[in-house]
Amino acid sequence: MSVIVENLTKIYGKQKAIKNISFSVKEGEILGFLGPNGAGKSTTMKIATCFLPPTSGSVKVCGYDVLTQAMDVKKLVGYLPEHNPLYLDMYVHEYLQFIASIQGVPSSKRNNSVKEMIGLCGLEKEQNKKIGQLSKGYRQRVGLAQAMVHNPKVLILDEPTTGLDPNQLIEIRNLIKEIGKQKTVIFSTHIMQEVEQICSRVVIINQGEIVTDDEVKNLQQFRGAYIKIAVQLDKYLDPEIFKQINGVFQVDSAGDLKYVISCKPDHDIRTEIFNLISHQGVAILELKQEEDSLEKVFRQLTQNV
Amino acid sequence: MWPILVREFNAFLNSLIAYIVIGVFIITIGLFMWVFPQTSVLEFGFADMSTLFNMAPFVFLFLIPAITMRSFAEEKRNGTIELLFTQPVSDFGIVMGKYLADILLLIISLLPTLIFYYTIYQLGMPLGNIDSAGVAGSYIGLLLLGASFTSIGIFCSSLTDNQIVAFISSVFLSYLSYVGFDYIAGLSFWGSASTFISSLGIDYHYKAMSKGLIDSRDLCYFLTVIVVFVYSTKLVLSSRKW
Repeated sequence: MSVIVENLTKIYGKQKAIKNISFSVKEGEILGFLGPNGAGKSTTMKIATCFLPPTSGSVKVCGYDVLTQAMDVKKLVGYLPEHNPLYLDMYVHEYLQFIASIQGVPSSKRNNSVKEMIGLCGLEKEQNKKIGQLSKGYRQRVGLAQAMVHNPKVLILDEPTTGLDPNQLIEIRNLIKEIGKQKTVIFSTHIMQEVEQICSRVVIINQGEIVTDDEVKNLQQFRGAYIKIAVQLDKYLDPEIFKQINGVFQVDSAGDLKYVISCKPDHDIRTEIFNLISHQGVAILELKQEEDSLEKVFRQLTQNV
Repeated sequence: MWPILVREFNAFLNSLIAYIVIGVFIITIGLFMWVFPQTSVLEFGFADMSTLFNMAPFVFLFLIPAITMRSFAEEKRNGTIELLFTQPVSDFGIVMGKYLADILLLIISLLPTLIFYYTIYQLGMPLGNIDSAGVAGSYIGLLLLGASFTSIGIFCSSLTDNQIVAFISSVFLSYLSYVGFDYIAGLSFWGSASTFISSLGIDYHYKAMSKGLIDSRDLCYFLTVIVVFVYSTKLVLSSRKW
């Protein structure tokens, strides 16, 4: 286990930010850390990176405790803070050199590791600019490069994909996925597709408590009690006909010859729908399973009144 | 500590701060020493550098808080302090890195005034008629005074995230510790305690040193001031863990 959080509690004044949470992350795992705003994600990450002390409980990174062995933890962890603070008056290259030297990368290897990070994060063109001149997306990359320049075992990324354009989003996601093959990654986000794409496991936290800690594929099957399938046809068809299929309990018309079919989640009925419709001599323009499953789970778990 | 020192010092060089500090210091002191008739060595007729050592503390009083005000206030405001705190460097290492970078800038801004020493040395009648031991003592005193102001300055900077607050409070605190105790000692009701009170001030020890006599009591005094404020800065940083 490379990160172990045990009975962690953090109290700010009178407000309980984190209430007795426990989870652990295996080596080489990419953990998505989800939750609505103010749920305690950043606080947990700040404790795991030795920025804040826990009120009670413990966090261990690769066996080192964040309170008593902070120096060892800090060397093993690469951290991208939420608002990605950077020294705006420094050059990209200079800044990465600075972080590498403070992290104790030997001076002979420093140039190489900085060069490698610049290549990995796509900063070649920007490396001789001041950080203050860069756009938000590039700053985010500098932040990522900074977190990885000393080759840490554990990466803790607090909302690494905010402010990126769609191309950059995909690049950074692929980057995280790539890194996750060798390192342990914990990252927080609001975007559900991101979790489905990169993470192997998800921890959802709400009001300081863990509401789910599960594999992504299990969560996708959780999905409330039914699956929705959207069909668009080229001719009118009586919607009642879909109810012949085993498991279908509701058919809604969504206008423009579109139907939304709700069925039980235990088996895939798309083939049956196709066969049924083609027997009627009607063509299918579109047949799609709705993919908001994780978002639905997220809403169900965090909208407690 | 070293990477932080190097970064801080480069930040001075990359911005205008270093050049302004060095320039303003040398120009002000130069004007007082050679141009303005009330204080000019040329008008005065004595081959000594007392003008430099009398004026420099007052220039430092404004320049040093201007150097130190950003050290922690800026990091707190920009959030970069989170970055530093999550790097494998102790709180004391962070404070010392910043402190020593400020001291280094201070020393560099003092270096050009050695030309003044050389000039007076050459102008003396006979040649070299200057109290070199006194000058050396005064330089050490001035350096220690500057180091004390710097420690006060970074302490004030660590208390706030607003650079203006840091500047004003460190000017005030530096002024108080420089001559404030003298004024307090001047109040009539202290009686025999007034000598003791004025000995709490920096000026008392600075004057003693500029006679060229490096007394261990004065050294101890300056080192105590520096250690107290540097350590307090470290305590302020560590207080986030309480």
